[in-house]
Amino acid sequence: MKAYHPIKSIHRIILLICGIALLAVIFLPIWRIELDAAQYPEGLELHIYSYKLDGQVEIINGLNHYIGMKTLHADDFVEFTVLPYIIGIYALAFIVAGLMARRKWIYILLAAFLVFGIVAIVDFWFWEYDYGHNLSDDAPIKVPGMAYQPPLIGYKQLLNFGTYSIPDIGGWIVITCGLLLCYCVYREWQFSTNKI
Amino acid sequence: MIALFGIATTFEGCKPKGAGSAVSAGAAEKTYVAPGQYDEFYNFVSGGFSGQLSVYGLPSGRLLRVIPVFSLDPEKGWGFSEETKPMLETSHGTVPWDDLHHVQLSKTDGDYDGRWVFVNGNNTPRIARIDLTTFRTAEILELPNSGGNHSSPYITENTEYVVAGTRFSVPMDGDDSDTPINTYKKNFKGTLSFVSVNKDNGHMDIAFQIETPGVNFDLSRAGKGVSHGWFFFSTYNTELASTLLEVNASKNDKDFVLAVNWKKAEEYLKAGKGKKVSNVKYAHNIYDETSHTSTSTIKNEVIVLNSAELEGLCYFIPCPKSPHGVDVDPTGEYIVSSGKLAALIPVFSFSKIQKAIESKSFEGEFAGIPVIKYEAALHGEVEKPGLGPLHTEFDGKGNAITSFFVSSELVKWNIKDLKILDRVPTFYSVGHLMIPGGDTKNPDAKYVVAYNKITKDRFLPTGPELAHSAQIYDITGDKMQLILDFPTIGEPHYAQAIRAEKVKDKSVKIFKLEENKHPYFTNGESAAKVERNGNKVHVYVTTIRSHFTPDNIEGIQMGDEVYFHVTNIEQDWDMPHGFAIKGANNGELLIMPGETQTLKWVPDRIGIFPMYCTDFCSALHQEMSGYVRVSPKGSNVPITFSVGTNQPTDTQ
Ligand SMILES: [Cu+2]
Repeated sequence: MKAYHPIKSIHRIILLICGIALLAVIFLPIWRIELDAAQYPEGLELHIYSYKLDGQVEIINGLNHYIGMKTLHADDFVEFTVLPYIIGIYALAFIVAGLMARRKWIYILLAAFLVFGIVAIVDFWFWEYDYGHNLSDDAPIKVPGMAYQPPLIGYKQLLNFGTYSIPDIGGWIVITCGLLLCYCVYREWQFSTNKI
Repeated sequence: MIALFGIATTFEGCKPKGAGSAVSAGAAEKTYVAPGQYDEFYNFVSGGFSGQLSVYGLPSGRLLRVIPVFSLDPEKGWGFSEETKPMLETSHGTVPWDDLHHVQLSKTDGDYDGRWVFVNGNNTPRIARIDLTTFRTAEILELPNSGGNHSSPYITENTEYVVAGTRFSVPMDGDDSDTPINTYKKNFKGTLSFVSVNKDNGHMDIAFQIETPGVNFDLSRAGKGVSHGWFFFSTYNTELASTLLEVNASKNDKDFVLAVNWKKAEEYLKAGKGKKVSNVKYAHNIYDETSHTSTSTIKNEVIVLNSAELEGLCYFIPCPKSPHGVDVDPTGEYIVSSGKLAALIPVFSFSKIQKAIESKSFEGEFAGIPVIKYEAALHGEVEKPGLGPLHTEFDGKGNAITSFFVSSELVKWNIKDLKILDRVPTFYSVGHLMIPGGDTKNPDAKYVVAYNKITKDRFLPTGPELAHSAQIYDITGDKMQLILDFPTIGEPHYAQAIRAEKVKDKSVKIFKLEENKHPYFTNGESAAKVERNGNKVHVYVTTIRSHFTPDNIEGIQMGDEVYFHVTNIEQDWDMPHGFAIKGANNGELLIMPGETQTLKWVPDRIGIFPMYCTDFCSALHQEMSGYVRVSPKGSNVPITFSVGTNQPTDTQ
């Protein structure tokens, strides 16, 4: 009997592809916030990468000064420094798991990946909360009781702007990788229970 | 009572039917462009004595823009900002107005390419080029040796040349031009200027001028296709009269169309047959969209070719009674010239003209230029077409439509058999007419637009002065059908229309701040400052919703010249800011995102002068303002400037 339980080749391939795809995520937009208003028929977009903010950041900053929101600067976020490395580490972990092909490793990988997802979402929510609530006292427009926290995911009307928060291509890759990993773990777990 | 009423209505019924019944069924659907939808065509319409170029959408007739060209336009700061002042410079100094007559879209292979629009200034002879990425005047070139530039700015099929011909012949510029008017026949000359256009940047340059006898050149068209390489000019006043022209220039039964072989002119130029003339003076003005400034340069040289001395360069073709329009059909074979006092329209054939030149079928000479026999050049005549034919456009299906001023109508006829096919009234007294692409190799013949000289009762009355009227007719069927009236600015002469797709996607939305090369560019609010240099004070101002930086300025003194260099640091589409200051003997600025513009202000008294944004830019637009303090000359108030920090205090 072997010292470890090997996983199926198909699962190894999936893990390797996911690892490479995650490497690509470092350079792709992960999340996007789309803003819609009467006077912006062409729409405004904020693209969140692992290492930068892109899209019409300056225009959004200009508009946000009316409600006293802090201006967005990539330099203000430690996330943009560490996130590329974290994603890189997970990408390597997928590749290593694929190469080593041990069942136990993919269980650990799934647990770690879930932790990553939860931490990322909570961090994102706090970030949105901070921006939406910590408003300048000098704001020209003050609406009593109004906060401007964008939705975590989905749609929310914030004054004259309709705000959509949705994953971008990188985000969809991360989600797909997570689902594929769940699938692999589930199948492996089925095999292991059947054998016993 | 009832009986009387009955009789009255019967009499009403006997009167000729008015315009109301001339409107075709379905007119509303044909011209309706739903809210938020775009028109099919941009229609560039000359503003005549307004000196500006207007842009309408077709088929809706909606006014999209008025582009300032030769005239001051306080609305846009044109001619008021320091940056635009050089554009109105001429050898006569600042000429803040002109009479803009004709419109030419740039062409490649005989079709509109959507790059530029050329227009002419009739009074102080000039040609302007408008850039269709910005819809702004990019260049103005003055023409020497000319008195009235009417037969202009017609262009060749690849925009090789834009031409200008003298409507009013004058003595050539220089010391000998002080001459008695009654020496007209001997001393007055016409010139035809061939202005080359740089293929890359559009820059214009007078390649050569052709000196001609002192006839009046009225209109012109380039040959195309088979006649590419030739240019045709209509002439009147071949009587060479200098007084009471309405009688004295209407005596000859025939005036001329002048055919110019410009390829031959190029050969003569190359062979050094041109005479370098250096006693001329003309301005060349260029606007640069990266430095956001313009320059005016005076030039002193032009090369002149003599039409009488250089064989094969020019030929006269007799044409009945003071021809006005001279228009070339899409194939380039037929040349239609309308004697505005004639009872017929002669159509000339390019191949017959060539044969006549080869076989020397000349009836004589006029001022040293061969005159081709009328019959030798003639394809045929359109008989009894109407009264006062002026201009002709083409539908690309073998037909021509001609405008008639006196009988106030458009008449459609077949070029080959010269038979009249249809006629419709215009309201009233049409001048120019326009079919989209009507002067190209491939007309887009959906509509014809009549630009009328008389308006009278077409719109709600507005006192003695009325907007000129234009009418759109659907020409997709056999019958031309009136579908819309619309009022226009100034006096539209010629107009052209281009498919929206060829222009709209190239439209600039903002100027990029990082490309701004203005010498007084302010790179962000932190770079805003006030600098004194003798009695000149330069204020580097930025605008962004909704404040100026700086907005509190002190230390200006009487006798200062203050220059507000305002940089709009917005980078968002359709977010201009304006700038105005109380008491300025000047206009306002309207600054596009990323642009820098300068307003000069010479304070006339001490005190506090508010400045503010004139373009409603945001919910806090009314707050976008500031104060400038002016102290007596020699005052010890130092130059200070700030935004947001100079808070009012209770103790002072
Ligand atoms: Cu403003």
